[in-house]
Amino acid sequence: MARTLLRVPGTAQRGEVVEIRTLIQHPMETGFRPGADGTVQPRDIIRRFTCLYNNRPVFEADLHPAIAANPYLTFTFVARESGVLAFIWEGDNGFSQTETRALTVA
Amino acid sequence: MNHPWTGPRLARVALLLAVAVFGPAAGPRSGFETMSPELRAMQQDDLANPGMLHVAEGEAQFQQQGCTACHSAEAMQGVAARYPAFDAARDGPIDLAGRIAQCREERQGRAPLPREGKEMLALSVFVAHQSRGLPLTPNPDPRMEFVRRQGEALFRERRGQLNLSCGQCHDDNAGRRLAGSLIPEGHANGYPLYRLEWQGLGSLQRRLRNCMVGVRSEPFAPGAAEYIALEAFLAERARGLVVETPAVRP
Ligand code: HEC
Ligand code: HEC
Repeated sequence: MARTLLRVPGTAQRGEVVEIRTLIQHPMETGFRPGADGTVQPRDIIRRFTCLYNNRPVFEADLHPAIAANPYLTFTFVARESGVLAFIWEGDNGFSQTETRALTVA
Repeated sequence: MNHPWTGPRLARVALLLAVAVFGPAAGPRSGFETMSPELRAMQQDDLANPGMLHVAEGEAQFQQQGCTACHSAEAMQGVAARYPAFDAARDGPIDLAGRIAQCREERQGRAPLPREGKEMLALSVFVAHQSRGLPLTPNPDPRMEFVRRQGEALFRERRGQLNLSCGQCHDDNAGRRLAGSLIPEGHANGYPLYRLEWQGLGSLQRRLRNCMVGVRSEPFAPGAAEYIALEAFLAERARGLVVETPAVRP
């Protein structure tokens, strides 16, 4: 499991714009770099990030080579109802990680 | 020809006096101060600083590896600020990673970890992070004085095909540019740190190897006594700067 750092407010007012910040540990190996022995290192990147809010996507991103290691993504959305936020990173070599956080809307 | 006490010479003396009186604030300046505002913000925000991922990893390792049987995280406060230290058992100086290795191997009977592997870096960054914000207060043990002098000699010694000493860059040319990079004063108050060029966390010894290879000299072997001597001198040179671990550098 890769380590992640998430900033998600636990509570929000209805209609409030909430800011989410995510950081995940990942080498984001581009697939173009030669390693110490001169052979090209195979590509190993996160290809897709999705944030679901009660199972509906509120933010999605495609990632590509040349994005730095440990991708940092920040985005906002409008809090409308209490529920669960799911953060999903998927990539090469079957990489897949999901983190969830509860959000209570008053 | 100028008379020695008139013309440019006198102007230069006046300038030196002016610098002495009004000049740049004395005291060491952390590499943090000369970074771009974006990088400074990245270092200061624990949710954007990738080094914090390794601190979290180290916190888990500290539990998993049984360090908590003898130490609490709070007891690690201030430790990194006074390393390297003098180790009576080996009758020589020891750095933080060396101390952690000693605890693992001699007190816990575990197999050695690679010095710059993920786990050792994580443990070191977690321990050093407990001192973040505390001023460097080099070890007062009188036996460290000799080690610091050795380190200073290494710092002033010219090396490599480029025939440059550490001091020629970090004392004489700090603040100027070397190709695209700004030459910092070369203080070691943020290690282990996250370097963008490495795209990862790295130790002080890795940084020093980079500088040695940069002047086309043969770096010392990993873990060599010379690194610890250099580190002891660097700590004295940076006395009073606060520990930034995990710092971020370009
Ligand atoms: C069996 C008990 C024991 C265990 C387990 C242990 N240590 Fe220690 N540790 C010690 C003792 C005793 C000292 C003091 C050594 C000295 O001052 O000479 C020490 C010193 C240290 C110091 C230096 C503290 C200072 O004030 O200079 C650090 C850092 C440290 N240990 C880290 C660790 C880490 C990390 C682990 C887990 C991998 C660990 N230790 C596991 C007993 C232990
Ligand atoms: C040719 C000039 C040059 C020489 C010689 C040199 N360095 Fe450096 N050093 C640099 C540059 C440039 C950087 C910053 C690199 C960057 O930020 O990309 C640096 C960075 C450092 C840092 C990291 C500072 C920080 O804020 O994290 C330390 C410590 C350091 N050097 C120590 C040394 C030591 C010790 C030696 C001698 C063994 C040495 N350097 C020799 C140019 C040099």
